[in-house]
Amino acid sequence: MKKEGVPAFAGTTIPGLAGIAAVAVYSYFFLHAESQAAVLGLVAAAVIGVPVLGRLGWLSRVGASLAQHRAAGRIGIAVALLIVIALFRSEHFAMLMLASVLFYTIACLGLTVQFGYAGVVNFAGAAFFGVGGYTSAVLGAQLPHIAVLVIGGLLAALLGSVLILPILRTRGHYAALITVAFGILFRTFIEVNDALGGPQGLQVKGMNLFGWDLNTPIGEWSFYANYVLVALALAALAFVLVRRLERSWVGLNLDAVRLDETACAVFGIDVARWKILAFTIGNFLAGVAGAAYSMMTGFVAPNSFTFADSLIMVSIILLGGVGSLWGVALAAAIVLVLPEKLQALQEYRFLLYAVLVIIILLARPQGLIPRRARDYFA
Amino acid sequence: MDVGVLGQYIANGLMLGVIYALVAVGFTLFFGVLDVIQFSHGDVLTVGAFTALATYAALTLAGVASPWAQLAVVLLVAVAAMALLGALIAKYLVLPLRNAPPLNVLLLTLMLGAALRESVRLFYPQGANPKPFPRLLPADALALGSFSLRLDSVLLLIAGVGAIAAVHLVITRTRLGLAIRAVAQDAETARIMGIDFERVVLITFAIGSGLAAAAGVMNGLYYNEINFSIGLLLGVIGFSAAVVGGLGNIYGAILGGFLFAALQTIGAVLLPAIFPGLPSAYRDVFAFAAVIGFMAWRPTGLIAERTAERV
Repeated sequence: MKKEGVPAFAGTTIPGLAGIAAVAVYSYFFLHAESQAAVLGLVAAAVIGVPVLGRLGWLSRVGASLAQHRAAGRIGIAVALLIVIALFRSEHFAMLMLASVLFYTIACLGLTVQFGYAGVVNFAGAAFFGVGGYTSAVLGAQLPHIAVLVIGGLLAALLGSVLILPILRTRGHYAALITVAFGILFRTFIEVNDALGGPQGLQVKGMNLFGWDLNTPIGEWSFYANYVLVALALAALAFVLVRRLERSWVGLNLDAVRLDETACAVFGIDVARWKILAFTIGNFLAGVAGAAYSMMTGFVAPNSFTFADSLIMVSIILLGGVGSLWGVALAAAIVLVLPEKLQALQEYRFLLYAVLVIIILLARPQGLIPRRARDYFA
Repeated sequence: MDVGVLGQYIANGLMLGVIYALVAVGFTLFFGVLDVIQFSHGDVLTVGAFTALATYAALTLAGVASPWAQLAVVLLVAVAAMALLGALIAKYLVLPLRNAPPLNVLLLTLMLGAALRESVRLFYPQGANPKPFPRLLPADALALGSFSLRLDSVLLLIAGVGAIAAVHLVITRTRLGLAIRAVAQDAETARIMGIDFERVVLITFAIGSGLAAAAGVMNGLYYNEINFSIGLLLGVIGFSAAVVGGLGNIYGAILGGFLFAALQTIGAVLLPAIFPGLPSAYRDVFAFAAVIGFMAWRPTGLIAERTAERV
């Protein structure tokens, strides 16, 4: 989406808000659809409809409008989300899905800082997510849960720091190997470690924030609705953090490190420092998300943190568009909700992801919502 | 420790080393010609092992009873099929991404690996369960005191070393090998010299994937069991071995394969000895931790790839 392509009437907020409303209505029908035929029909509508709208130029109008009115867009999205939450407040499944999408979004925002900004690959996202999960399993009974969330993030960052030296000394494929090895090491370790429950895993206590027990439903609401609200707050925090980071001089340095390490070093940018920062922040976010997510699901087991799960996180980032924050949220929703809704595909879930990512890499490597170029004067 | 048990560990370690080296040589060959990591290599191995199993079932139905004939046909079909698969992967998935960021190729092949793995699980009859792999080699054992040397292990070891030696000969002594080395050194110049770049790449992928199929069959014959996820771990180990040895170097890959097997064996022997009560399952944790530590020490492997960055 280039500047010169912006039509004259893009000055209003209407196309942007209409776009948000359309997505909200679509999500409503999608979450509501019971029969496989309805779900398939909606999927087909999106697969055919979105490219058609793109051809008609509507998508670029929505994009331009949202780019010009960021505040209005954000408020619109928050309101739309709250309306969807209010509509589904008593349905366990829809609420569980929404909360999972939000927690995964937080973790993938962390990976975006590493991979999308600083260019540090991390194929162990699920492992750092798992560090957070096991933290809440072990400490959940003793400490206030807000502290557990922070400790989960800190422990993930701390464990990640073990990898910093090898990652800094290596590049490209060699660096990828280190995170792959770590992901497998972590999973094997918790699987054989009896103190952490072995293959059966551990129970996790439900979240309790300042005396508010999230597992007790409010009135007729599903108790998952509580988690959705907490997840929404956390995701908003993470989103603001990552967005501020991106737009600051820190983000500028991170981008420079990703694009050309040699040139950075020549210009006096400390490559090691920015890589460490990005890697640590990313793992922290993944750890926090993992800690909160496990409190919601109530248990942790090695099978939830496999290499395949790390690959799912990487595919979320790639599907959304590397470095694009809204892309992450959209892709997390697609990747997590679609297979749950299409029961027929449940069994073929991993195969479906894999083929989807391959097609995207071949046909649209920039992802669904490509990251925009920096624009400080919009 | 008892000498017999120690001998058993060493024999087992050597066996693992050969299998890892076979996989690692594939990684290093691919990296040599295209500078890419073909991460679905491990899953090509799985598909090769399952192809062998299916061929065996077909042979049994056809009434071929001689184990040697069965073995020859099974191995031939598996290697040929995987060589073809490898060439197809190169032509339709890896070469089109030649000018994309290297990470995209890594991701694409990771996902292809997942797709292959899932396809075996979903579409092979009862593919989700472990499958018994037929014993096609004589099961005689030679007793040396408390150490019994299995004849099939010796044969497998010889076959594995033979396969690696054959590939080595092809690479160093033939015109084809010369072309592969030329492409690895400088694809652009090789083209100017009249080398058919795409053909060389496809043949290299075929050779590497054929080796993976051989490794898959060896793995099946040795453990007498295969399942759909053997390739994941073997692929990661083979990749680690290739990287530890130094990518693009065939000797490095062999060295790395045996080194990784040694690390696992040391982990299995020493860890329980030092920390009593620690299960030997920690040997993989130990081996991967050692790999990570090793990469911090020698970031480009034992036999380092020579890189000069053009700015």
